Formats: sequence, C-alpha cells, structure tokens
Amino acid sequence: MRFMLLQNYGEVESECLPMTEWTPGDVKAHIEFQQALNQELTERGELVDAQGLAGPEVARFVVSDGVTAPVITDGPFPESKELLAGYRLVDVDTTERAIAIAAQASAAPGQNGVPIRQPIEVREVLSAPDPEV
Amino acid sequence: MTGGAIEGLLRELAPQVLGAVVRRYGNFASAEDAVQEALLAAATQWPVDGEPDNPRSWLIRVASRRMVDQFRRDDARRTREDLAASWSWSLTRPDPVSEQDDTLILMIMCCHPSLSPASAIPLALRAVGGLTTREIAAAFLVPEATMAQRISRAKAKVKASDEPFGLPEPDRRAERMRSVLHVLYLLFNEGYASSSGPDLARTDLSGEAIRLARGVRASVPEDPEVAGLLALMVLTDARRPARTGADGELVPLAEQERTRWDRGLISEGVALITEALRQGQVGEYQVQAAIAAVHDQAASYGDTDWSEILSLYGLLERMTGNPMVTLNKAVATAMVQGPGAGLALLDGLDERLGDHHRIHSVRAHLLEQAGDTDAAVAEFRAAARRTTNLREQHYLATEAARLATAPTDN
Repeated sequence: MRFMLLQNYGEVESECLPMTEWTPGDVKAHIEFQQALNQELTERGELVDAQGLAGPEVARFVVSDGVTAPVITDGPFPESKELLAGYRLVDVDTTERAIAIAAQASAAPGQNGVPIRQPIEVREVLSAPDPEV
Repeated sequence: MTGGAIEGLLRELAPQVLGAVVRRYGNFASAEDAVQEALLAAATQWPVDGEPDNPRSWLIRVASRRMVDQFRRDDARRTREDLAASWSWSLTRPDPVSEQDDTLILMIMCCHPSLSPASAIPLALRAVGGLTTREIAAAFLVPEATMAQRISRAKAKVKASDEPFGLPEPDRRAERMRSVLHVLYLLFNEGYASSSGPDLARTDLSGEAIRLARGVRASVPEDPEVAGLLALMVLTDARRPARTGADGELVPLAEQERTRWDRGLISEGVALITEALRQGQVGEYQVQAAIAAVHDQAASYGDTDWSEILSLYGLLERMTGNPMVTLNKAVATAMVQGPGAGLALLDGLDERLGDHHRIHSVRAHLLEQAGDTDAAVAEFRAAARRTTNLREQHYLATEAARLATAPTDN
C-alpha cells in the first residue's frame, strides 16, 4: 500500500515560531531528524520518495482555458499556510504503519528541541484495480 | 546466444544454483547474495565470452568463490570453523535432494510466516526467480536502495528463524505450503492488476508468478491445490488481452471480446483443473479455478453456465466464510434467479464488509438490472468515491455517468 504523507505550511500545534527564527542548532537538529527518518525508512524498505518544496514566495498559480493565454498569479499568497511544504511517499504493509510514520514525522524537533507537532495528512495512493473486476 | 536467451537460462538455473550453494555452505542469506553476484557476472560475461560448457557448474563455482571471499572478510576464527563445518558436511553426505526440490524448499523459506507478503514476494523473485534487485524495484516502482533493504531485512528474518535448509516436517508442511500458495497468488494479482497497456519496462509479474508456480508444481505434481492455483493463474491470464480497451480502460468480463482470449492457456488450465478435481481433495484454489474455467469456456456472458458458477460459489463460501465470496455469489444468484434475489443476499453483507466499494459496485449493477436507475447511479457514485483503484475509479465514474445521462425507457 502506498501513502503520501503531506505536510503544508499550516499552523503547528506547538508554540513553535517559523524555522527562520530558530537558532542554527535547532535548524540543524530538525534537518538531521528528517534525514535520519528518510534513512530509517529506506533501511526498512519503505521509502519511495521524499521531497521538500521551494517556499510559497516562489510559488505560482496557473489557470488556463486551453485557448487564451494562461493566467499566472505570483505570490505572495494570503493563504500560503495551506500550501504544500513537502511530502514523503511510502510503500508499507498496513495503514497503521503509514500512520505510525506520520506520527514520527509530526514529532520532528522544533525550537529548543520541542516536538513541532505538525499535522501530517495521510493519503492512500490510488492503485491498479483488483483482478476480479 | 542472445541476451534474452541467457536471461531465461539464468532465471531457470537460479534456484538450482542457490540450492547447491546453500547445501554446501549453509547460510541462506550470504549464499543468496553470492548467487545474485554470480548471476550478474554471467549476465555481463556470457554475451561476450560465450556460454560456458556447463553453465550450472560455472555459476556454482563463481558463487562459491564469492562465499569463500565473504568468509575470509569475516572474522578469521569463525571463518575457519564455518568452513570446516560446512566442508565436512558437504563431503560426508551425498547430495540427496533433486533440483525440483530445491525450488520448493527455497519457496518455502522465502514465504516464511514471519514475513509479510510485501517482503516475501521480492525475496522469492530474487532467490527463486533469479531476477535482479533492479528489475524487482522497477516492477514495484520503488527505488533500488529501498528494495535492496527490503530484501535484506527479509533475509535477516529468515535467518533469525534458524530453520534448517530442507523440507519442513510433515506436520508443518501443509501450513507452509499454504503460505507459498498465498504469496504466489498475491504476486500473480499484483502483476495482473497492474498490467496496463504496453509497459515494456516493467517485469511481467503475472508471468513470473506462473513460472514460479510451474516450478513448485514440478516439485509436488501430486498436490491438487498447487495444480488448482496454477490452473487459476493461467485461466485468468488467458483473459488478459481482452481486459483492457484501446485506451487502457478496464473492460469488465461481461463486455470482453472473447475472441481475444488465449485459447492455448484456456486448454492448459481446463486440463489442469479437471485432473486436479479428479483426485477428490477439493481446496479453495481448485474451486476458484473451476469457476474461472466455466467463464473461459462460455461463448458469451449470457451463455455462461451460471447455475454451475452459483453452486461453486456456494461451495467456496462454505469453505472460506469470506464475505467477498458471498459478494460474488450475489452476482451469480442474480444471473440465475434474478436481480432481486442477488440484492437480498447483499443485505446481510453490509455489516460484515463495512462500507466497502465492492458492495456498492455490485449493488449498483444489480439495481441497474432491476431497472432502478436512480439508485444504481447513486451506488456507482458511492463505489467510485470509495475505491482505492485508479482505473476502477474511472470505470465506476463512467458507469454512473452513462446511467445518469441514458434516456429513460418510459
């Protein structure tokens, strides 16, 4: 079973400030945590892909009717907290395992090493159909 | 010899070579790595240098050399003990095991009950199927490093179980065979479900499942459930060419162009299942194969012997108690006794299956047959929202749209 574990710029459930206001040591610990988690998932044979996305400042929205020139909106976006920040794509045996990984990711260390408690969206990836159909 | 022919030969020889190396040195996990390296060496050297006179011996020799190198790299004291133990063992005993048995023993090891199917399948493909980690990773669309780790973790678990290399004791044999058949069944389904269009880069997993099942059958030709599973696979695979339309869309059994079914596979499957059933030890794979055979021999969906299918599903239901079987029985019931009888069977299922998309899609089809278009549309839409299958989602959404926009009769 494949799951996308999505995290956006939305509010975290700890009192944590944005990462740009952390100490260098806190930033380093956070990044090392993410890399260690990816390493652990690779070693368990579960990681398919993990990517972080460039910030909302360089995001663009594109809308087109396929005929006229597309409408391109540059930031800043007032709703940037709803934008995707990054994802992990994992291939696991059970839904419970995907949830356990999400819980691990949610507890990444933030300011002063306090768990950041970022909400992680857990979404199953659509697969190929059952042979019986 | 062409690359394809060499590849075929290597896959054929893989379980024989691995069996020989494990029996000589013990240590399944290291032996498996050594054989994989030998196979990779052969795949690069043979096309250039030509195939050796005795390919099997060549592979065993190269793999053995890798084993010895590995032992030397390890702790020297332990190495001497290991080698002494393994050599005396191999010298004092004749080789009592046939090549066919190796395939079965290796399959049983790879399908160890401590492994999830997602770990057992890649391990079996590598150790018994002779596929490379890269090929397996590509087939399952995961990075090679991830797949390599999944395989080595699986081997570590097999090693931790500390089982001797050989057939399990008779009292545990049936249980272990069930694991083997279940893993092969899931591997076949994985390939069958994902076979969309001419995706040549992906290994044909259904084909690999059939090949492995043939290997297991060669070891135990008298086992009717093994024959039943192989029959089920070939009878299902026979329909594959008709199962997807020109744009890769799903074509349900009712609408498949039956002239595109593979007649050769159907004959093989029918012969296998007929022979297996004659032994009088009916198991669930045999019953499923019998159902597939009835479908495959029918000239059209309407001409199908639905009362035979209904009674087979009744038998399967009693054997397994699986609510999914009851769901299929409801479809057959509707074909024999009318949609009302099928719908009545579904009523008892909601509780057992929960809010499963299949119950919605079956109910949708039966409601459509009963002429209740509005309710059918609602059920198709409910099924489309709940499925986790992309092509099924397309199919169900298309069915909902077709019915919702169809001109009404009155």
